[in-house]
Amino acid sequence: MAEARDVPSLSGQYGHSSDGTSGEATEVMTINIGPHHPATHGVLRLVVDLEGEVVRDLRPVVGYVHTGIEKSCEQHSYWKVIPFVERMDYVSYFFQMEAFCGAVERLVGLEIPPRARYLRTIFLELCRIHSHLVWLGTTALDLGAVSMLWYCFRERDRILDLFEMATGQRMHTRYFQVGGVIEDVPPGFETKAREFVAEMPVRVKQYQALLDRNEVFLSRTKGTGIVPRERLLELGVTGPLLRAAGEPWDLRKAFEYLAYPELDFKIPVGTVGDNYDRYRVRVAEMVESTRIVEQALDALPEGPHIADDRKYVLPPRSELSTSMESLIHHFKLVTEGYRVEPGELYYSIESPRGELGCFVLADGSSKPARVHFRDASFVNLQAFREMSVGGYVADMIASLGMLDPILGGVDR
Amino acid sequence: MRERQLRARDLLRGDLEGEELERHVEQRVVMTNFEKMLGWARANSMFPLTFGLACCAIEAPIALVGSPRYDMARFGAEVLRASPRQADFIILSGRVSIKMAPIVRRLYDQMLEPKWAISMGACSSSGGMFANYAVVQGADKFMPIDLHIPGCPPRPEAVMYGFNKLQRKIMGNPDQGWRQRYNASGTEEWARGGLRSTPGPEAAAAYERARGLIGA
Amino acid sequence: MPDAPGLELIRGEIEQDHPGAVLDTSFDREQPALMVDPAQILSVLSWLRDAPGQGYGFLSSLHVADYLPSRPRFGVHYELLNRERVERLRVKAMLEDPLPADRQLPEIDSCVDLFPTAEFQEREAYDFFGIVFRGHPDLTRILLPDDYVGWPLRRDFPVGGEPVTFTHNERRYG
Repeated sequence: MAEARDVPSLSGQYGHSSDGTSGEATEVMTINIGPHHPATHGVLRLVVDLEGEVVRDLRPVVGYVHTGIEKSCEQHSYWKVIPFVERMDYVSYFFQMEAFCGAVERLVGLEIPPRARYLRTIFLELCRIHSHLVWLGTTALDLGAVSMLWYCFRERDRILDLFEMATGQRMHTRYFQVGGVIEDVPPGFETKAREFVAEMPVRVKQYQALLDRNEVFLSRTKGTGIVPRERLLELGVTGPLLRAAGEPWDLRKAFEYLAYPELDFKIPVGTVGDNYDRYRVRVAEMVESTRIVEQALDALPEGPHIADDRKYVLPPRSELSTSMESLIHHFKLVTEGYRVEPGELYYSIESPRGELGCFVLADGSSKPARVHFRDASFVNLQAFREMSVGGYVADMIASLGMLDPILGGVDR
Repeated sequence: MRERQLRARDLLRGDLEGEELERHVEQRVVMTNFEKMLGWARANSMFPLTFGLACCAIEAPIALVGSPRYDMARFGAEVLRASPRQADFIILSGRVSIKMAPIVRRLYDQMLEPKWAISMGACSSSGGMFANYAVVQGADKFMPIDLHIPGCPPRPEAVMYGFNKLQRKIMGNPDQGWRQRYNASGTEEWARGGLRSTPGPEAAAAYERARGLIGA
Repeated sequence: MPDAPGLELIRGEIEQDHPGAVLDTSFDREQPALMVDPAQILSVLSWLRDAPGQGYGFLSSLHVADYLPSRPRFGVHYELLNRERVERLRVKAMLEDPLPADRQLPEIDSCVDLFPTAEFQEREAYDFFGIVFRGHPDLTRILLPDDYVGWPLRRDFPVGGEPVTFTHNERRYG
């Protein structure tokens, strides 16, 4: 690391450069990285003040994939909002569905059946593994370990096979509905899931064998991007970033939701909080998620996969030809949708990036009046400046990879 | 096989004559015209521009090029180029927001001819499900798109099929810049009157100033 | 979450130090919320963070909701979290929309000094609703282009987009 030099910080402004002080011929260059850049994860633009190779200041500019999802949500009935919110953080789509469906279920006071809770847990944890695999592949690619991409995506395709088997879509499955899940899993699902679960720890060991003793990887990630734990808490950072710094805070254990209270899993916690710890925490989380899926498959109870309340849940199609009431419910739900009593609720879950919170304001009509997502990447991005300032540009790229921002969630 | 090798050797030596020569040429030599060959070469060695915007970016290019199952390398398009100057075609994978649209256009302009654009997914083809203030309702509002692939996100096989269609299109249309393909004359950013006209007054003044600066 | 009596206790204690700050409490669907006078929001937030026995030191989320047509129109929500006791508390400050003739934007004090996590979130609130946070180090648009005119997530702002061209309106839009 370079010694601290007396260079004025240019936070809040960009577009001009200044000379170094005290007679040294150091010049601070303001460079624009992105939004189209192979190493930024998505369309993130960084305006970086560089003095040689040392980052003096950094300003992330976001909004390049802002989709106005929150505004669109206000125009559609509650069940139509589910495909919209899925597409925010586009690698952990099940989590957005769970945040929204959970919020509406609590607003409405709907209890989901045990089988649905376990199924949701299984899919959430599979999605967490999926998100971490995408993260590992792309981050290793950024750091130069190019072949990791292929290995991680090989596993990712197997998870997507499982999703496709159960829901018909690889990504953005709209599987969770208010009241449970939209369909029960098909007969071969459990076998295939168990195969995957049996093989995953072996694969994780292979990934670790590729990276854990790789000197280039270690020297790039050890000791870089450190932010002290208290500062991370002040900045609102949650998720693996916080856990790598030594704080054992995980919403799955803190707020008990779905089937997590009944399953036995550990929270990996790091020590130093550098990029290497973040990598280790996420890889350990992959292993823990595999265990959770296995336990949930073992404990999967029989029963209905969605709640029975016809006011909010579509009746099964077999009843439509016999019961007039079911037909009326079906018609009402599909055309107008259910109405939710006025009220507001904030519900948050642990997504692969941190705390994902959903705020729903209901005004008594069939469309939500406000849907806001507290996205983990949006808040975590505030820590990026502190991770990178004072270090080299290469460390900044490593920190960006380990920060794991998904710009769809940042920009919404 | 050995027989063919021997005959090929004879051909090179000049020993084959008459009917043997005719038969050999028929079997082993393909006659085509230069444009077709150029089109075939161009189509099978396309360099895509790494350009992932949103969800479709995870399905392609990452899942297409970076996945062992759906392998884009078999069509020759595995070399993802980050610089637009070196890329042949751009896959617009994801929703184009209003903040990103001028940047996409600038990237497309920076690419060198001949270039193609694939709009992957519903969002870049037509705005997708996001009919609101923040998403451009279709990337072909501001740039010429050669191929649209529907889906949300489209399966990697769908993208490959679309890419194959693009390859056939390239093989059929030799050496056309996008302005000829889409009849977009008049969109050039040079002198007002067109290709070989006299420059407008501001441009003429600028040329004079520049000439004065360099002392010409 | 502090239950309903606990919420009233909190209100009482705040009233002692900052009279008139808490306007109302609500305990809807097991979520405690304090309705706070926007002029005293910083004192309430710092009290909740620093007073012994409270310890709501983590701001989970800062977001704004537009309650049009009811007035006051904008509700600035602060989702506070006490990590030791694992309790959430919501603090709401309702802002009135100044008359269009005044050409002003609703204002509230920025809590970036108390909770640095609010920096991006207040920018987002400004971007979407036009609420000015006094004292924010860099209150500029974050998600929309810098030259965008309008506050899109207000309820009276149109959604935008284009009408879909079906056959029956093809001639009109096609």
